Amino acid sequence: MEILNLEGTEDTPKIILDKKNGIFEISGRSLPEDSAEFYRPVLEWIEAYGGESNPSTDFVFKLEYFNTASSKLILDVLSALEDIKGMKILWYFHEDDEDMEEAGQEFSELVEIPFEFKTY
Amino acid sequence: MNFIYDLHRTMMSQKLILVYQGDFTQESTKSILSMAERNLDSSGEESSIKRKVFNVMVEALQNIVKHSDELVDGQIRSHAAIFLIGKEANRYSIMSGNPVQKTNVPKLKKNLEQINGLDKDGLKELYKEIIKNTTISDKGGAGLGFVDMARKSGGKLEFEFPEMNADYCFFCLKVNVPRDNE
Repeated sequence: MEILNLEGTEDTPKIILDKKNGIFEISGRSLPEDSAEFYRPVLEWIEAYGGESNPSTDFVFKLEYFNTASSKLILDVLSALEDIKGMKILWYFHEDDEDMEEAGQEFSELVEIPFEFKTY
Repeated sequence: MNFIYDLHRTMMSQKLILVYQGDFTQESTKSILSMAERNLDSSGEESSIKRKVFNVMVEALQNIVKHSDELVDGQIRSHAAIFLIGKEANRYSIMSGNPVQKTNVPKLKKNLEQINGLDKDGLKELYKEIIKNTTISDKGGAGLGFVDMARKSGGKLEFEFPEMNADYCFFCLKVNVPRDNE
């Protein structure tokens, strides 16, 4: 599978989806002008990955900030991951960022995937 | 040129640390955010408060970008809106003003009143309810902006709709973020 590698910018997150090396990570800030458009390739990549996924996948979210339009797309990403066997979400939040911790908890209540919470 | 001094005095008396008026785009949003961030950083504000202010700013700015109506008054067509940040001893206030067509006001009011009628848990439930069922609109919004602002603020959203002319009102919104972190 092709690697999806997007450099982070001041309003879009850094994204690496690399099946071969087992790296699946969305990090940084997400407040793009058009969140649906921005996350489309991510959702497409995940859909393709679902057909040939690794035995287990640790999918990392290490977000510093996301806006509400991105939160909907993050839920779409999580929903797409939900059907993949061996999926686990690693939800990172800055140790004093209760809002990001709570956001992760809320997402974990909305999808049927195990979440592991980690601070950085 | 007394108006310059008057404007300066108004900004001082209202404790405004940032005022922007003009066209709002994603590019101007990014510039305003980085200016405000520098200001918060240099004042040594606590990071949890900084994050909440940033959060409310993004939603307020992107609301203007996505939803401000173009004002058409005879020959004049204008997108002009205003964005302000106030800083007092005990709170930040994130404020915005933009034209909306009168026909859109009742729905907007109802939405804001519903949100103001909810407590912390009620807002959380509403947020989850909307995020589960919403689709991203043509304008790129998820319909979650006001709920999120209310959650980050912990207080009520203050709003008014002064009349501009027969067809438009000016939607004024004020969201407070307390500085004394609980």
